[in-house]
Amino acid sequence: MMQRLLQSRGLAQIIALLVILALDRAVSPQFFDLRMQDGRLFGSLIDVLNRGAPVALLSLGMVLVIATRGIDLSVGAVMAIAGAIAASLADAHGMPVALAAALGAGLLCGLWNGFLVAVLGIQPIVATLILMVAGRGVAQLITEGRIVTFTAPDLVWLGNGAVLGVPAPVAVELGMLVITGAVVRGSALGLLIEATGGNARASELAGIGTRAMILAVYVWCGLCAALAGIIAAADIMGADANNAGLWLELDAILAVVIGGTSLFGGRFSLVLAMVGALIIQAMNTGILLSGYPPEFNLLVKAAVVLVVLLLQSPRFASAGAVLGRARQ
Amino acid sequence: MTSKALLAATALVAITLSLPATAAELTVGFSQIGSESGWRAAETSVSKSEAAKRKVTLKIADAQQKQENQIKAIRSFIAQGVDAIFLAPVVSSGWDAVLKEAKEAKIPVVLLDRDIDPSGKELYLTAVTSDSVHEGAVAGEWLAKAMAGKACNVVELQGTVGASVATNRKKGFDSVVAKNANLKVVRSQTGDFTRAKGKEVMESFIKAEGGGKTICAVYAHNDDMMVGAIQAMKEAGLKPGKDILTVSIDAVPDIFKAIAAGEANATVELTPNMAGPALDAIMAYKAKGTVPPKWIQTESKLYTAADDPQKIYDSKKGLGY
Amino acid sequence: MNASSDPGSALLEVRGLSKSFGTLRALQEVDFTLRAGEIHALLGENGAGKSTLIKTVTGVFPRDTGIVRLGGAEVAPRSAKAAVDAGIATVYQEVNLLLNLSVAQNLYLGRQPTRFGLVREAEMRRRAAELLAEFDLHIDVAEPLGNYSVAVQHITAIARAVDQSARVLILDEPTASLDRHEVEILFAVMRKLALRGIGVIFVTHFLDQVYEICDRITVLRNGRLIGERETAELPRIELIRMMLGRELAGTTSERAAAKVRQAGEVCARFEGYGKVGCVAPFNLALRRGEVIGLAGLLGSGRTETARLVFGAERADSGSATVEGKPVRLQSPRDAVAHGFGYCPEERKTEGIIADLTVRENIVLALQAKRGLTKPLSRAEQEGIAIRFIRLLDIRPPEPERPIGLLSGGNQQKVLLARWLATAPRLLVLDEPTRGIDVGAHAEIIRLIRELCDDGLALLVISSELDEIVTYSDRVIVLRDRAHIDELEGEAIDVSNVLAAIAATGTAGAEAGQA
Ligand SMILES: Nc1ncnc2c1ncn2[C@@H]1O[C@H](COP(=O)(O)OP(=O)(O)OP(=O)(O)O)[C@@H](O)[C@H]1O
Ligand SMILES: [Mg+2]
Repeated sequence: MMQRLLQSRGLAQIIALLVILALDRAVSPQFFDLRMQDGRLFGSLIDVLNRGAPVALLSLGMVLVIATRGIDLSVGAVMAIAGAIAASLADAHGMPVALAAALGAGLLCGLWNGFLVAVLGIQPIVATLILMVAGRGVAQLITEGRIVTFTAPDLVWLGNGAVLGVPAPVAVELGMLVITGAVVRGSALGLLIEATGGNARASELAGIGTRAMILAVYVWCGLCAALAGIIAAADIMGADANNAGLWLELDAILAVVIGGTSLFGGRFSLVLAMVGALIIQAMNTGILLSGYPPEFNLLVKAAVVLVVLLLQSPRFASAGAVLGRARQ
Repeated sequence: MTSKALLAATALVAITLSLPATAAELTVGFSQIGSESGWRAAETSVSKSEAAKRKVTLKIADAQQKQENQIKAIRSFIAQGVDAIFLAPVVSSGWDAVLKEAKEAKIPVVLLDRDIDPSGKELYLTAVTSDSVHEGAVAGEWLAKAMAGKACNVVELQGTVGASVATNRKKGFDSVVAKNANLKVVRSQTGDFTRAKGKEVMESFIKAEGGGKTICAVYAHNDDMMVGAIQAMKEAGLKPGKDILTVSIDAVPDIFKAIAAGEANATVELTPNMAGPALDAIMAYKAKGTVPPKWIQTESKLYTAADDPQKIYDSKKGLGY
Repeated sequence: MNASSDPGSALLEVRGLSKSFGTLRALQEVDFTLRAGEIHALLGENGAGKSTLIKTVTGVFPRDTGIVRLGGAEVAPRSAKAAVDAGIATVYQEVNLLLNLSVAQNLYLGRQPTRFGLVREAEMRRRAAELLAEFDLHIDVAEPLGNYSVAVQHITAIARAVDQSARVLILDEPTASLDRHEVEILFAVMRKLALRGIGVIFVTHFLDQVYEICDRITVLRNGRLIGERETAELPRIELIRMMLGRELAGTTSERAAAKVRQAGEVCARFEGYGKVGCVAPFNLALRRGEVIGLAGLLGSGRTETARLVFGAERADSGSATVEGKPVRLQSPRDAVAHGFGYCPEERKTEGIIADLTVRENIVLALQAKRGLTKPLSRAEQEGIAIRFIRLLDIRPPEPERPIGLLSGGNQQKVLLARWLATAPRLLVLDEPTRGIDVGAHAEIIRLIRELCDDGLALLVISSELDEIVTYSDRVIVLRDRAHIDELEGEAIDVSNVLAAIAATGTAGAEAGQA
């Protein structure tokens, strides 16, 4: 029974999220309080959604890359580049130009990664490591090592504005989820990506253009990363090339894995990757609210991640089933 | 001496064409860490102007955050026979060998901004650094004075866990809190020295402290986190600088903009001018053989709205922050 | 020799073994007895539970109920490794070897000869070469295993198991990818081992082989034990009835029926088509409604020809035309766009996508052909999947089951369905009946005939000469990576094909030119 429950797709993640939210409520009684503030919902729950938006956006691209049995380590650096470009152009040239340039940069970064992986056949982890290292350097060149601030209100809105009370980053994130979902599941892309990740050779022999597929997911991942970078910059009204997106590639990968997508490719779930991102952020916010000394942050995080991943592991589930049977 | 002057003159022509081509008396090689932050960029540009003021030729090598680049730069300075070497060490250990080489070449080394492991103490002439415990204390003193005995709940945005600057700035501030019973640090979390994290952590502080009503002041280990925290307060409908007092450290330009706008109250300067005192010490040492103390502490100056923040902002903005 | 390995005594006893996967009861109360020194066939349809029985005995799967005794003592290995340690060596149906390691390393993995804790590479290679020589295989054992053909990989796996000096040797469909000669060698080794008192369990779908080598037969059907017989006392018809639970209708392998077909127009033509180091340039014209068989030994260039035709290898000489128009076949994708299909020889690595469902595996090629922007709706996919599950009798008939959980033979049927769903004009089948049971085998051959009647052109590779001769209109014989002969009409029979394969080099070359 327990085995069946735990193995049904997505349940483990949803339970994990609920448990973490309950724990958040336990450490911080006002956790679920909501009110309106300047036309925007305000409360810890909103913080979780809002702060989780960049990682959620990253995981949206990352999940597709991982589904093809790849990985993209460069997303954090791409965030920094996109943020730097948007911030540098926003005040002088306006938001449309800034946005287009930043997204264009993300697209190019994705194209570069995709080219290395799909065309040159370099292992994804190595191929994207190149941009992970070089990309931050590029971002630092753009900002000359300082925090480039801007005031262009429409760009700032992307970080601080609201749509019907929902913070703009959350709205953007949901929008991207819908678009990605429509593209991937509305077309045959989802199936073909899963096939490619599950067995690239067999997929190729079934007539799937696996290279184009792989190129496409890296481009999409670059685009998502650029969007995340723009939002992160808009949030602090400045581009911080040294810190923007730093280590977030790891959070994104973690979100995808928590979302039940295997690093060995194949089956993926966009929604569960987002849930994974939410789990991570719910945990981060909970830690901040708890008032524990910050020295414990990483320990708590590691412990929670371990438990969530254990819950998903089939062996653990069957061990649970055996225990359950023994008790009867 | 003449050969040295000749060397210096050629180096001057070859490398620093931008500097006024007066007959420089001294040539100093500066191994800078890189330009990873605005403060670092400002330090570089202030160093240039301080050297020019004293007619010293300053050769700056940017190590891009890598110790091996710094070691290479120092070796090349030794080979060029510079009069002194300034080193802003990227890490605290692993300098013994190269500093010995400098000592053997009789080239004095001055550490800027950061110290190295105690084992190397006799290998350099002096270290020009600020006292980060003192910085924390200055920030605390300001708050104690501003509150004048009234009870005040403080939330603290720490720097990166484990970073010595963060530990020291906390220690300095805590020492003042310990002496003032009215001050109490109610929450303390790390904001990793970044704006984004400063904002996020402040958001959670506000939620946890009844919408910010029970917070009386924020202390941040650097201005960047405070800039993020100010945004968080504004978005929560609070008035930073009035509802909640702010004090932070570094004195980067953006905090002066906030002070000018009445959204921040005080900042303690971590001066980017480390080269000035260092140059003075070297010049005295070279001219008269005066051996400076092992540690030259820079001033930790406090700035508030009373110091014409807009003007400071304008002047600092040009430094590369 | 101790008592338990006396010929005739029960060596391995399985009693009341049950195993369920979720709601699927793969084994129900199965008994099985293996005597020392016998070769015992374990037979049944695809999905009957043969592999599951083996894996449950060797501890790959935990068992639900039942006991296993080896030489009288109860054993319950909890992993394949533990089973080996207990004296049961197994070659599983889906051979798991490490293709990037050398042949020698694969043979001795986990039991390398060492001295002072260091692996003695040279010693290991020497022993590996000796071991393979027993199988008449003379190859460079230092090369990565992946550089060799599937057959060599299979023999390596068998040699590894045989060499583990076990008391029980289990072979799950070991001969599926071997040719006659290799099968002969394997049988010789099996007989030798049996003489030594080792009990051998042999799973196969080749009934000829059963009658050739096995002493006794155990038949499973739907996870239940149907019976245990002496081979000599069980007529073939009766055996088939035990396996299928019914008579096998219309399986006569008569060529006559095939011959009334008249070949249609040429639908694909290859001229001077070839690739250096792959296959020498050949001419090939495929007509609608025609079956062309490719015969030859392993490594003779059969699979390479198939891959060239399908664009999986790029030709470096010659030209191709489809329906009279010149085409470029740069990739499988191009080939699929021109209405080609290809069931590869390697089911696990090149065919199935194990994590995906039967439904998804079936619609995959059709979807790739239609393109990204024309997705098949879920209902359409289900419709197609169910149609082919019925048509090919895929079991269990559950479109949403991951294909990796199907039995080997059923996976093969799904792959066939994948291409049939694209309604191809040319279908290339590389060993299409490998691992398929007698019942399904007959079905597939009937299906091949029907497809041709509907105008499909077929290029079929098979090591089963009987099979090739049964359905082919023309047989192309290959040797040493070149097409050397072509048989047509009355000339097609097993002995002629064998003669062509065995003909000397010059005779072959002449025939090729003719
Ligand atoms: N790991 C598994 N999980 C779920 N079901 C399984 C698993 N392995 C096998 N099955 C199912 O158990 C049944 C028996 O499969 P098994 O592989 O034993 O058949 P088999 O007799 O070896 O067939 P074949 O001749 O095709 O190899 C099949 O219905 C199969 O789908
Ligand atoms: Mg099987």
